[in-house]
Amino acid sequence: MEQYASQTRRDIVRMVAAVSSGHPGGSLGCADFFTVMYHKILKQDPKNFTMDGEGEDLFFLSNGHISPVWYSALARANYFPVEELATFRKLNSRLQGHPSVDHDLPGIRAASGSLGQGLSMGIGAAQAKKLNNDDRYVYVLMGDGELQEGQIWEAAMYAAAKGVDNLIATVDYNGRQIDGDVEDVLSLGNLKNKWQAFGWETLEVDGHNMEELISTYEEAQSLCGQGKPVMVLMKTEMGQGVDYMTGTHKWHGSAPNTEQLESALNQLEMTLGDY
Amino acid sequence: MEKKINILGQKDTRSGFGEGLHELGKSHPNVVALCADLTGSLKMNAFEDDFSDRFFQVGISEANMISMAAGLTIGGKIPFTGTFANFSTGRVYDQIRQSVAYSKKNVKICASHAGLTLGEDGATHQILEDIGMMKMMPNMTVIVPADFNQTKQATKAIADLDGAVYLRFGRPKVPIFVADDAEFVIGKADTIFEGKDVSIIACGHMVYKAIEAAQELAKDGIDAEVINMHTIKPLDVQAILATAKKTGCVVTAEEHMINGGLGDSVAQVLTKNTPTPQEFVGVDDTFGESGTPDELMTKYNIDTADVIAAAKKAISRKK
Repeated sequence: MEQYASQTRRDIVRMVAAVSSGHPGGSLGCADFFTVMYHKILKQDPKNFTMDGEGEDLFFLSNGHISPVWYSALARANYFPVEELATFRKLNSRLQGHPSVDHDLPGIRAASGSLGQGLSMGIGAAQAKKLNNDDRYVYVLMGDGELQEGQIWEAAMYAAAKGVDNLIATVDYNGRQIDGDVEDVLSLGNLKNKWQAFGWETLEVDGHNMEELISTYEEAQSLCGQGKPVMVLMKTEMGQGVDYMTGTHKWHGSAPNTEQLESALNQLEMTLGDY
Repeated sequence: MEKKINILGQKDTRSGFGEGLHELGKSHPNVVALCADLTGSLKMNAFEDDFSDRFFQVGISEANMISMAAGLTIGGKIPFTGTFANFSTGRVYDQIRQSVAYSKKNVKICASHAGLTLGEDGATHQILEDIGMMKMMPNMTVIVPADFNQTKQATKAIADLDGAVYLRFGRPKVPIFVADDAEFVIGKADTIFEGKDVSIIACGHMVYKAIEAAQELAKDGIDAEVINMHTIKPLDVQAILATAKKTGCVVTAEEHMINGGLGDSVAQVLTKNTPTPQEFVGVDDTFGESGTPDELMTKYNIDTADVIAAAKKAISRKK
């Protein structure tokens, strides 16, 4: 597990550095989460990816700008060849800057990037699973800054009111967004109270503690089927794993230069081989 | 040159949608419906009553409805969303763009109360830009049926099309002239009257106005061809070129802005292939207001008289 997370962090910084664009900060912060998801939690069939994912868990990334971590996780989980990570953000690539289904990349079921839409899509997919008597779960990851979008709260209200209880959503609660700290840009107030007041089962987890991540999502699964959607507020550090990228919002949407990349790679052990 | 048409009754096109959707409930187990607190206005009650497990009342949250519909396609459902045309397009353009069209989702966006004929509610609800917004969207089919029967037929037809569709219909009762057993072919225009002097290409409520205009024009010895261009996208290019060749001039008529509507699409076809005089009947870069549908169509120059005048002008421009 630790090996996957370290390698994914290397993939992230190499991918964004190669094209001098992309969003490394949030990607690095979610590397442990994606590792746990794609290697411990999700019931999936990477080699036989289908859009409908019948009998499988579905994962939606709503904050599509952290595509580097998702692409790395998908490649390292055998959805597509790791070599393809080298095409990130380049012309004719399946690895678009923000996730797309227009290019038929296995593992991706919805475009995201324009924020606020993923939770609604997850609810729809969860409702379809219920109609199909498919007892697997739907997972959605959102950013915390993304919660400033009104659609999120439409979806939050709907999922609780209609008892969408096969849905496990996660907020990447890193407290930072492009313009600064979330608290300064537009405070979310007491986020736990908000989700609870909206009628969600609300859990909290340290997003950099693998054991805790695993047990939290197992607990989330056990809370499903009881009439309530489940929210996991995941505390993370933007830029986790690269010292100079932490403690600031500056690396939300900018890529390291050659020297900075070298410094980052020196801090991240190559465990599975670079792409 | 006699322009006779069989009027089968008078009903609102939204009721055609409601009946079509209800029939789909029986014939298509994967059809699901979502509504944003306008079930009665959209005539979705019958579907809700008989297929309650497949009906999703989302409340007044159109953005959530559109993205949720996109999610429902994952697992094989065929979602039909229902709300007013304004809230089906302008309010949720980005959700349609990213969650539906760019994500290649099989969602049917069904929009009632389009255009001025929504009437007394006024300009906040009278969207006149929706055809333009939806036809610009890649991966989107745009259909504007003309009467009750055609709306019902179109509703059923789009369930079998694998892809996103914008289906636009309206509020008032209007004459029914499409046979109840007519086959609706997406992308294939219906010729209602053959003619040789001018081609009137119309969609939605303006098709009946075009019929009335052709009947009036006939009294002046003008032989108008009337084409019901119910599918704005993909456009029936062959029908446009054939009628333009036959008559040598064209009038387009729509309950929509001239900018970005059916007329623009027809003009593109003509300009690229066979430049032809064309007159545009539509709303000219202005918002509507409160009033009865008839009053509004007159005031905003989309009435029968406007189609007649446009036809005469188009004919006068022929070389």
